[in-house]
Amino acid sequence: MDVSSYLKIGHLKLIIFLLLLGINNLKKSFLSSDGSTQEVINVPSFSMESGQQIALSGISGSGKTTLLNLIAGILQADEGQIKLSGRSMSGTSESVRDRLRAQMVGYIFQTFNLLQGYTCLENVLLGMSFGDSFDKNRAVELLGHVGLTQRLDYYPRQLSSGQQQRVAVARALANSPKLVLADEPTGNLDPENAAESLSLIRQTCKEHRAALLLVSHDKAVLDQFEDVRDLSDINQGGGKVGAE
Amino acid sequence: MSLLQIVFRSLRQHLLSTLITSFSIALACGLLMSVWVVKEQARRNFTEVDSGFDGVFGAKGSKLQLVHNSIFHLEASPGNLTWEQYELIANDKRRVKTAVPIAVGDNYRGYRIVGVTKSLFEVEYQVGKKFEVQSGGYVFRSDKKQAVVGSFVAERLGMSIGDKFHPYHGLVFDEKEKHAEIYVVSGIMKPTNTPADRVIWIPIKGLQNMSGHSVETSSDVSAVLVKLQGNTHGMMMNQEYNFQGDVMTFAWPIAKIVAQLFNKIAPVEMVLSGVAVLVAFVAAGSILASIYNTMNQRRRDIAIFRALGARRRTVFSVLILEATGIATFGALAGFIVYFVIMSTASWYIRSETGIVLDPFEPQWVMVWAPLFMQCLGALAGVVPAAKAYGADVAENLIPNA
Ligand SMILES: Nc1ncnc2c1ncn2[C@@H]1O[C@H](COP(=O)(O)OP(=O)(O)O)[C@@H](O)[C@H]1O
Ligand SMILES: [Mg+2]
Repeated sequence: MDVSSYLKIGHLKLIIFLLLLGINNLKKSFLSSDGSTQEVINVPSFSMESGQQIALSGISGSGKTTLLNLIAGILQADEGQIKLSGRSMSGTSESVRDRLRAQMVGYIFQTFNLLQGYTCLENVLLGMSFGDSFDKNRAVELLGHVGLTQRLDYYPRQLSSGQQQRVAVARALANSPKLVLADEPTGNLDPENAAESLSLIRQTCKEHRAALLLVSHDKAVLDQFEDVRDLSDINQGGGKVGAE
Repeated sequence: MSLLQIVFRSLRQHLLSTLITSFSIALACGLLMSVWVVKEQARRNFTEVDSGFDGVFGAKGSKLQLVHNSIFHLEASPGNLTWEQYELIANDKRRVKTAVPIAVGDNYRGYRIVGVTKSLFEVEYQVGKKFEVQSGGYVFRSDKKQAVVGSFVAERLGMSIGDKFHPYHGLVFDEKEKHAEIYVVSGIMKPTNTPADRVIWIPIKGLQNMSGHSVETSSDVSAVLVKLQGNTHGMMMNQEYNFQGDVMTFAWPIAKIVAQLFNKIAPVEMVLSGVAVLVAFVAAGSILASIYNTMNQRRRDIAIFRALGARRRTVFSVLILEATGIATFGALAGFIVYFVIMSTASWYIRSETGIVLDPFEPQWVMVWAPLFMQCLGALAGVVPAAKAYGADVAENLIPNA
């Protein structure tokens, strides 16, 4: 093997290293209740670099959640490729996608989706239980980072919605993800909490070197981001039906 | 968090239904073990009891009734033998090693008074063990109105040495049937854990001559218990008395006759065991129902686990382990139920028959019944687990979807 091929491989690695998320010709359709198929997602190309923070805007029903679920491997794509750090999230078995999600993806939901039977600390611990690294100290640290050191043993119902969302943020970062997906994360919060929560999400992702892909239809949220894209520019799928 | 921690957490989250379901498993498992142990031990202990004798002579009739009456002190005597018949047996020294005549027909507060000769106290009722009186007492004198009281009777009636009592006529206690005689307790028997503990022993002459008993039959005996010189004699005497003669019945060997009784009630045992197994299935069904009922609540939790990277087979395992966990708790608590049932059952069986069951004796059922419950529990978990396995993640992540 000569020097040039070394260089080539090095170059390739560098691209893979920088390119966190790569989407090509991604398609997803659903069967409507009237029996017709509705193409919700048709994304010819989309990519993100490591550590990048992007906000996608889109009205309700435009396929934001569907796109995030495809990237997270929760939904299976009909066609196309999704690559996360060079590993394929599409065209693989479900258990491979589950594993990849456990290792690389953090997910923040509009409805928090905390487990009600588990304390804050346990919710965060669960965030790392299905991946590779289980580290209780890290969980405590993360909760400290979001200002909940005093609430480790509280159950979600004992917390305000703002606090619950902060637990969800800590949980999303528990598995040291390369990519955090946030689906209207401030939708259930009042404006004050929303602003605070949003900056916490952005800052926490930055500090833990995770890229952030946030989707929202809320202008106040979108305005916080330098890099805002309109989903309809990226997605040629025809999911633009819902009204706000 | 490990899988087991998640399972434990979930059981705690549904604590009430976990406890109720475990309780039904405990009842089922306890019942299963009790039925089996009573069955096994009763059969073994009853067939082991021969009070040290090989056979029993009595009036022509049922061998089983003869054994019941003379060895277990249950049921009425099938009839009498004359004193001459007894002497004929007793004098057959070539074949008969010991012959002990007994006479029944009286009771004291429902406990049988059995007339017997002192030779009873020379017989080993089990290898190396003879009937003995507790210190301070002595075996009745044949010519006195004295009584040796079985340990269970003494305990139940609070009798002690020197106590006086009137015998009552008949095998069933009736206030109006009081005999005029007064007997004095000369000794209390040491516990033997045999039917002898439930009997009051008096000299046979005393029972035969009790006021009101017919004078013509006053030398009759109810049965003659014998120890033979050897087994071959038993076979010969069986032939001689049961097939050729028609004056006496020779119940021999005692253990085999009792075993025949148990073979007769074997279908009853089978039904009982069958019911116990069915109860186990019903209890396993309650596991299925209790978990299945909470599936609506759980669906979201399952979707969240999946979103955090849990695989289908992981959530499947969680539910199977949960069902197994409930069955395990239940099976462990089943031992408490078992001991409660057994202490009642063994008390009852002892007071009715004198046979002592030991609930603490290790039995295989104590291993297989809990394992069986666990397997049923795991099986019951399959239905909800399959539901969890198939649950759609994206759909269930959205509340009220
Ligand atoms: N499982 C599904 N079956 C059928 N249609 C679906 C399904 N999931 C989403 N859709 C449809 O896809 C479109 C996009 O949904 P979604 O991604 O949830 O939009 P958004 O998150 O932007 O509001 C909607 O029209 C919705 O009705
Ligand atoms: Mg949505």
